[in-house]
Amino acid sequence: MVEVQDANAVYAGAFDNPVFQSQAVFRALMDGMARPGTVVAIDASAVPPEPMGRGAGAIALTLCDTDTPAWLTQTQAQSAVPAWLAFHTGAPVTDVKPEARFAFVEAGAMVPGFNQFALGTQDYPDRSTTLVIEIAALSGGPAMIGAGPGIKGEVEISPVGLPDIFLTLWNENRSVFPRGVDLVLVAGDAALCLPRTVKLRRKEA
Amino acid sequence: MTDLATYNFAYLDEQTKRMIRRAILKAIAIPGYQVPFASREMPMPYGWGTGGVQVTAAILGPDDVLKVIDQGADDTTNAVSIRAFFQKVANVAVTTKTKDATIIQTRHRIPEEKLGEGQTLVYQVPIPEPLRFLEPRETETRKMHALEEYGLMHVKLYEDIARNGHIATTYAYPVKVEGRYVMDPSPTPKFDNPKMHMSDALQLFGAGREKRIYAVPPHTQVVSLDFEDHPFEIQHFDKPCALCGAEQVYLDEVVLDDRGGRMFVCSDTDHCEDRRAHGHVGHLLAQEAAE
Repeated sequence: MVEVQDANAVYAGAFDNPVFQSQAVFRALMDGMARPGTVVAIDASAVPPEPMGRGAGAIALTLCDTDTPAWLTQTQAQSAVPAWLAFHTGAPVTDVKPEARFAFVEAGAMVPGFNQFALGTQDYPDRSTTLVIEIAALSGGPAMIGAGPGIKGEVEISPVGLPDIFLTLWNENRSVFPRGVDLVLVAGDAALCLPRTVKLRRKEA
Repeated sequence: MTDLATYNFAYLDEQTKRMIRRAILKAIAIPGYQVPFASREMPMPYGWGTGGVQVTAAILGPDDVLKVIDQGADDTTNAVSIRAFFQKVANVAVTTKTKDATIIQTRHRIPEEKLGEGQTLVYQVPIPEPLRFLEPRETETRKMHALEEYGLMHVKLYEDIARNGHIATTYAYPVKVEGRYVMDPSPTPKFDNPKMHMSDALQLFGAGREKRIYAVPPHTQVVSLDFEDHPFEIQHFDKPCALCGAEQVYLDEVVLDDRGGRMFVCSDTDHCEDRRAHGHVGHLLAQEAAE
């Protein structure tokens, strides 16, 4: 149950203008998915309860509804976030990872292995989880080189705050194509999308 | 009577838009794969571009500039009605100029002018499944895509060669996207297939009746299927456009009289008008001016 002092956190913090703001956030995500590795600005006027960040909250308001079970980290699941999601989007929270259409991981939390989520099937590869992972920053970290559809030649990304084994997890995810999860990395008001098609490797110094 | 209820922005309700938006994001993540979506009834019959209209309605914002073409033309019935529809339900700016548009909804052509980074091309698709006329069962075609089993398509192209001496498919010519999914480029003339390859623009495909959305991200390989000894070729025209003199463009045949008179003109009306505005004159216009 939500405590009374959390009421404001639960019932406030959605878009002032849901039609146009969710359109703007979606277009940023669409551009980001179509051009992996480019940093896109997220209209972050959503204020979800702690520990969910504003960017991730805006994405949840834009894409989640009653049709999309969401998986939350344990910290988020025990906060006011499930109630906020339920009130503003109607999205049910699930703790069964393969049932989740979206998964939200706040900054600093442990990122579960991607293959624990829905990867889709060979017949229906679209039935997979989209992971929204909040990290410290989208640039300034160890450099990786990305290539694939949507990328002209190659693109360099350097997110800060991903787990050390990220490249291993990602390459495993790549290897089951066309199945696999898609990632949205969020830091503050900016996002960087990594659809399953992206090939990543460590940049040699 | 000023307080009449109006439609939601861009006609569709928000939950429908979210559903379509999720399908679009997955479609972009799996280039060439047809994502099923819960297509809605639109205020126009199936076959008039309901898929394209739903995709456009889901991505459209107040700052967008929309262009709609029907076989390359801005001024034919389908293009005019869809443009008017979005002016009415979204109050969005419209244009006929390819380079000014941010979203171009198209019925069966790709504009002659090269599309750029900020542009999105939305195709209206009647039959999204390239294997449908070879295998009518959805369960089977889905399995064929899953197993990457496209031998049947090559047999079809081979039979074309065996019967006609060349690949006789001229429109809806099958392509392979990023080396994985065989995709129907919608019934565009095969002349336009090379424009899809490594395009700078995002390409989205909507099939309303068949309830499928698929996509080709920018800078993605789109290869027309062919054989080593029968390589893919686009159509060639003997004469340039009769009005603007353009070569290397797709031409429509227009019958002029009942004595066999005919001319070939640009299918892309904006391209033709733009060229004429810049002083290019085709032989028929020159002849008319001389008379």
